[in-house]
Amino acid sequence: MAEIKYQTKPLDIWNEGKALRQQYYENYAKAHEKGGIRWAGGAWAYSAVPAGLGDDVWSLTGEPYGASVAFDKKFAARCHEAIEAKGFARDLCAYLRNYLGSIVLDEYVFGGKFPKPDFQWTTHICCSHAKWYQIASELEGGTPLFCIDVSTGLYQDFDERRREYVVNQLLDGINWLEKITGRDYDDEKLIQAVYNECEATSLWAEICAMNKTIPAPLDEKTMYSLYVFGTIMKHRPEAVAFYRKLRDEVQVRVDNKIAAVGNEQRRVITDTQPPWGFLEVFRYLESYGVVSVGSLYTFSLIGAWEVKDDGTWGPKTTPQEQGIDITTRRQALEILADWTHARPEWQHFYSAQKKSDMMLRIVREWQVDGVLLHYNRGCEGLSLNIAENRLAFKEAGVPVLPFEGNMGDEREFDLERTKKAVDSFLELLGVK
Amino acid sequence: MFDKFKEWYTNRHDYAKDWKKRKGGKVLGYFCTYVPEELLVAADILPVRILGSHEAQDVTEPHIFGMFCPFCRDCLAQGLKGRYDYINGIMISQSCLHIRQTYNSWVKHIPQEFSYYLYMPHGVQTPHAYPFLHGELEVFKNALEKWIGHPISDKDIDRGIEIVNKNRQLMKQVYEFRKQEEPPLTGLEAMYMVVSSQMVDKEEHNRALEEVLKELPNRKLNRNTGTRLMILGSEDDDTEFVEMLESLDSTLVVDDHCTGTRYFWNEVEPQEDRLAAIAARYIDRPPCPSKDWPERKRFPHILQLAKDYNVQGALVIQQKFCDPHELDMPALRKMLEENGIPTYFLEFDVTVPIGQFKTRVEAFLETFALPDLF
Repeated sequence: MAEIKYQTKPLDIWNEGKALRQQYYENYAKAHEKGGIRWAGGAWAYSAVPAGLGDDVWSLTGEPYGASVAFDKKFAARCHEAIEAKGFARDLCAYLRNYLGSIVLDEYVFGGKFPKPDFQWTTHICCSHAKWYQIASELEGGTPLFCIDVSTGLYQDFDERRREYVVNQLLDGINWLEKITGRDYDDEKLIQAVYNECEATSLWAEICAMNKTIPAPLDEKTMYSLYVFGTIMKHRPEAVAFYRKLRDEVQVRVDNKIAAVGNEQRRVITDTQPPWGFLEVFRYLESYGVVSVGSLYTFSLIGAWEVKDDGTWGPKTTPQEQGIDITTRRQALEILADWTHARPEWQHFYSAQKKSDMMLRIVREWQVDGVLLHYNRGCEGLSLNIAENRLAFKEAGVPVLPFEGNMGDEREFDLERTKKAVDSFLELLGVK
Repeated sequence: MFDKFKEWYTNRHDYAKDWKKRKGGKVLGYFCTYVPEELLVAADILPVRILGSHEAQDVTEPHIFGMFCPFCRDCLAQGLKGRYDYINGIMISQSCLHIRQTYNSWVKHIPQEFSYYLYMPHGVQTPHAYPFLHGELEVFKNALEKWIGHPISDKDIDRGIEIVNKNRQLMKQVYEFRKQEEPPLTGLEAMYMVVSSQMVDKEEHNRALEEVLKELPNRKLNRNTGTRLMILGSEDDDTEFVEMLESLDSTLVVDDHCTGTRYFWNEVEPQEDRLAAIAARYIDRPPCPSKDWPERKRFPHILQLAKDYNVQGALVIQQKFCDPHELDMPALRKMLEENGIPTYFLEFDVTVPIGQFKTRVEAFLETFALPDLF
C-alpha cells in the first residue's frame, strides 16, 4: 500500500448527482402519467431537437441504460439469454443486448415493466445504432422510428455541404416529430436546448481538464457517475446546473490539493467503456497508488473540446461565450450539427491515427505514466482500431496494458486473469 | 465455358500485374462494393477488390482486435504479406466498421501513392443522400484527377458508365438462365463469374460474358439440379464451400451477396449530370444491411429473388462477428420462413470446416426430401 500524500474527501455533490440520475429515469418512466412524451435512442442522438416538443419530453438513451443493466449482473445475464433466444448473436453490442433483452423480458432495470417509448430518435455512426432501434421498434410492435445519418467523416472535412446533409435530415425530423406527436414545435425551446447542450458538454470538458493537476481531483471510476448526465440529458437545464456546481467544487479541490486518491503516485488512462460489473479493478489499482485520471472515452464521449492558444486541449468555447445570438431553427441546427461533429470521440470512426494522436495528447497533457486498453468485446464502435492505438503507444514509448473483456456481458470478463495482468503492469510502473 | 472466370479469380495477382504491363495503367485496390467503379474505369484505372485468401494467418493480430470479422483480417493479411504489392493506390467506400480497420491499417503500414476514404452515406433512405453523395463524388473525382494528372471528361465518364453498365447487364442475362428448371450453370460458376468481375478489366470481362451468353442457351449440365437454394449474407467467395454444397444434389440458383447480386443488380440510369446519375445508382442499389434502415428494403427484394428463381430453401451465412448481418438475420429468417422458404444458418470463418458443414448441410437438404418418404 502506497503512502498517503494528499488529503482526500468524497465529493459534496455526490448525492445530488445520484438523486438527479434516479429522478431522470423516473421522469421517463412516469412521463405518461403527467401527459408527457417518452422517446428512446442513442446517447449520441440529437437530444436537443425533440426538446422543441415541450418541457415534458423525456428520453431513455440506450447506452447508459445498457450500462445500468450491466451493473446488475444477474439481470444482464437474463437480458442476454432472452435476446439470444430470439436468434441474436452473443457477440453483438452488449448494451444493445441488455436493452433489447429488457424489452423482451418487459422489465425495467429500475423497477416495473419496460416503459415503451412513444417514438425512437437516434443517430447512426456505428453499425449498430440505427439497427438497434429498428429492432427495438419491431419488438415493441412498430414504434415510430427516425434515424439521422451522421457518418459524414472527420470534423476537419465537415464543410457546409456536409453540414447541410445533417441539418436537412434534422429539419425533416422536426416535421416528423410534429406529425407523430400531434404537437406544435417550439423553436425557442430548441434554441434554449442548443445553448444548454453546448454549455453542459463544454463544462464537462472543463471539469476533465482540471484533472491535469497533480494530484488529480477526480478518479475515473467517480467520473463515470458524473459524465452520465451528458449521456442522458445533455440538452437540459438540470445538466447545466449540475455541471456548473461540479466545476466549482472541483476547482476548490484543485486549489486545495484535495486528491481523489490520497496515495497518488502514478497516473494512468484507460480506453473504451469499462467492464461495468467489475469496477473494483480501479480500486485495486488505487491500492497501489495508481489513479486513472480519465480516458478519451470519459473525456469526450460527450465532452466538447478545442485546442487553445497555448496548443493544449481545453473546453470548447460555447456560442453564448462567442456572443452568438441564435434566432432561427436553421441556425440552431447548424450550430448544433457543427458542435456535435467536432466531438473527439467521433473522429476515430474514420481514422486510427487521429485517435492515437488524441490519446497521446492526453498522455502528455494529463501527465500520464501508462495506459490500460480495454479490448472491449461488447463495443465494436469504440474498440475500432484499438490494436493500432496500442502500436502507437508502443512506438511512443508509453507503457501500455491491453486487457480483454466486455463492458456489459460478464461471461466475457475474467477478473482474476485481469488482476494478474494488472499486477505485471504495476511492476512495470514501479509500484509493486 | 466458365473456366476463364475461374482462372482470373485464382490468378488474380498475375492478371493484374500483366494488365499493368499491357496497359501501362494504374491499379487501385478497393474495399467494399460501394466504390464507384465507373469513375475508375473512366480514369483508365483498374479497380481490384481486395479479398482474402482463405488461409490461416498470424500477421494481423497486432493490428486488428480478434472480435472483428475474419474477412477484414484476411484482407489485411494479404496486404501485409505483400500479395498486392503491384497496386498503386487503395480506397474504401464507407461501409461497415470492420473493413474500415483494414483500410486504416493498410494506409498506415503499406504505403501507397494514393489513398482515399469516400464518405459514402449510410442513410440511403433519406432523399438528402443523393446530393450528399453527388458532392462526395465530385470531391473524389477531383482527387483522382490530381492523382492521374489529367482531367476526367464527361466523355470519359460516359465510357466508364457504359462499360460498367454493360457488365451488369450481361451478368444479369447470365443470371436469367439460373431461373430455368435445369439451370445450365452452377452456383459455383456464377460465383466465379461475379467475383472475377471485381478484379479484372471490365471490357475483357464483358467479352468473356458475351462468349458465355452465345453458348449458354445450348448448354446442358450433366448433373441433377436437386434442391434449388439461395444463399444470403456477408461477403462470400468461399468457392470450396459452394463446390461441396453443389455436390450434394442441390444447386445455388441465386444469392444476396456483395460478391453476387448486390454488386451488379441495378444500373446507372443516364442523366445529364453524370455524377448525380452515378450517385443515384449507389444510393438505390440493393443495400448492405449496414445501410438498410429505418425501413427494411432488403427483405422484399430478397423475397422477390426467391420467387423469381423458384427457391426451395435459403442458406443464411455470415462472416463470424459480422454485426450488420447478425442484426438482420433473425428478422430475415422469420420473413423467409413465413413465406414458405426454410432457412439454415452457417457461420463462416477464414477457413471453413468443410466436413462439419457437409454433415450439417446434408441434414438441411434431407428435410426437403421428407415429403417424398411419406
